[in-house]
Amino acid sequence: MNLLTSAIGQGLLWSLLGLGLYLSFRILNITDMTVEGSFPLGGAVAVTLITNGVNPLLASLAAFSAGLLAGFITGILTTKGKIPSLLAGILTMTAIYSVNLRIMGKSNISLLGYRTLFSANFLRKLPDYFDSVVVGLIAVFLITVCLIFFLNTEFGQAFIATGDNPTMAKSFGILTDRMTILGLMLSNGLVALCGSLISQNNGYADISMGTGTIVIALASIIIGEVAFGELTLSQRLVAVSLGSIIYRILLLGVLQLGLSTNDLNLISSIVLTICMLLPRLNELVHLREPLFRSLKND
Amino acid sequence: MTEPIFALKDIKTLVNRNTPNESMILKGINLDIQAGDFITIIGTNGAGKSTLFNVISGSLLPDSGTIYYKGKNITNLTAEKRSRFLSRVFQDPKLGTAPRMTVSENLLLAARRGERRRLIPRGLKLHREEFAALAATMHNGLEKRLDTFTENLSGGQRQALSFLMATIKRPDILLLDEHTAALDPNTSAHLMAATNNRITQDHLTALMITHHLEDALRYGNRLLVLDNGKIIHDFKGAAKTDLTLSDLRKLI
Ligand SMILES: Nc1ncnc2c1ncn2[C@@H]1O[C@H](COP(=O)(O)OP(=O)(O)OP(=O)(O)O)[C@@H](O)[C@H]1O
Ligand SMILES: [Mg+2]
Repeated sequence: MNLLTSAIGQGLLWSLLGLGLYLSFRILNITDMTVEGSFPLGGAVAVTLITNGVNPLLASLAAFSAGLLAGFITGILTTKGKIPSLLAGILTMTAIYSVNLRIMGKSNISLLGYRTLFSANFLRKLPDYFDSVVVGLIAVFLITVCLIFFLNTEFGQAFIATGDNPTMAKSFGILTDRMTILGLMLSNGLVALCGSLISQNNGYADISMGTGTIVIALASIIIGEVAFGELTLSQRLVAVSLGSIIYRILLLGVLQLGLSTNDLNLISSIVLTICMLLPRLNELVHLREPLFRSLKND
Repeated sequence: MTEPIFALKDIKTLVNRNTPNESMILKGINLDIQAGDFITIIGTNGAGKSTLFNVISGSLLPDSGTIYYKGKNITNLTAEKRSRFLSRVFQDPKLGTAPRMTVSENLLLAARRGERRRLIPRGLKLHREEFAALAATMHNGLEKRLDTFTENLSGGQRQALSFLMATIKRPDILLLDEHTAALDPNTSAHLMAATNNRITQDHLTALMITHHLEDALRYGNRLLVLDNGKIIHDFKGAAKTDLTLSDLRKLI
């Protein structure tokens, strides 16, 4: 039971990563590698600030802002600089690695003895692992509501159109470059916020904590799509969080089989690979059609 | 004569600049468009018709020459800004609509053409009846598919939607680039008739590229023949009315 609670809590906390990547990967149609840098950036900023006495909530907001900045750089490189988005993301991601070392001053900082978002009094009274469930629920709820509101505004619709058909968007006066930059900013802001929450939950920030983030994020997006099929955009956002939880439970199952946490990146990649191959397998063996629609449309 | 609503002065465009393959596509285009003109444009493949539209809409900046809109020099105005007064239907049905957005979402985006997109709820429900009525004018069942993703529409429905999107907010200049070419003869004729109705009823200023000589003759008050980057014929008013199909066949 404790393990399951922990998996759900982790799933909720990590779903911010999936939501962030959803904006770039699914809406803007950009595979943005920046997240591998902005995730540990969020952790580094939050943990460094907290160990310097800053309020954990402010530190988390600062992490979010640092992510906005990372996304801004990739956005400028790919729109104004016309660098292919994949490469622009890799450039920013690589640069952030050094920035993170600068911020932290060493490769690992512990939060032992410091108050974090998870040390609030009402959380301490809860049974083990429920603190991450509660913090995760609050964060996911607030962010999902904000995103759904945003995507249904005039501005949000223009943002969606930019990813869907840039030629058409431009011909109706939508400033597609600006939309792309803002989308990447928001996306990386959420990813950095996720990094800050995960660091606070783990009790440390580590320079290498970004490795594999993009695969984890894609896994929650794609598991959500495979599991729930055709949905409206708002429902899809909820499906990302559910996908993230399913993914954590899958991992839990695999770890129970005797694999160690050192195998996590291997497992993540295999899970994602299987999900990505499902549409192809479906073609070969004719599984249930509607289940896979959302994947095939790419 | 009144001041033209839109004018091109000696427009030239190059491709592959500063390479051995450099070549000139538009070779000095001069064109005055009067408000209310409905101009049909014909010419062989590669004559530069689409390039001309790209220059007018701002998606391609000319290498020399000047562009005027209501007397103002707009040569360097971006395509996004020109969308305030100009709209366009592309030849390829895929280019004109956002595939993963519904018919009504697309219409709503188009209704705000050239405007600032605000951070307020889009208000889709307020427009549903208006959109349904508008879609019904196309007589192809589009009004029953308002909540369908446009990727699931037929090509004819998509082009009809693109046309509605281009005209839902009245443009000062409407560009139609072979917008019926991808459709079967029947659907194409329907969309062409609907196009003509809208343009004449609303007194729109429009330019229409077509390879369909009958359409070029039947519709509009002016006909241009483009060849090798130049306007080689310009028939206006009575000169156009007197033109016959066999005259046209000889010209291109
Ligand atoms: N980016 C480019 N690079 C090189 N050549 C180009 C480019 N764009 C257009 N061209 C050339 O310019 C010429 C005119 O092209 P354009 O698309 O304007 O022709 P068109 O009159 O619209 O023809 P069609 O009837 O086939 O649509 C063609 O020879 C084309 O190959
Ligand atoms: Mg063309």
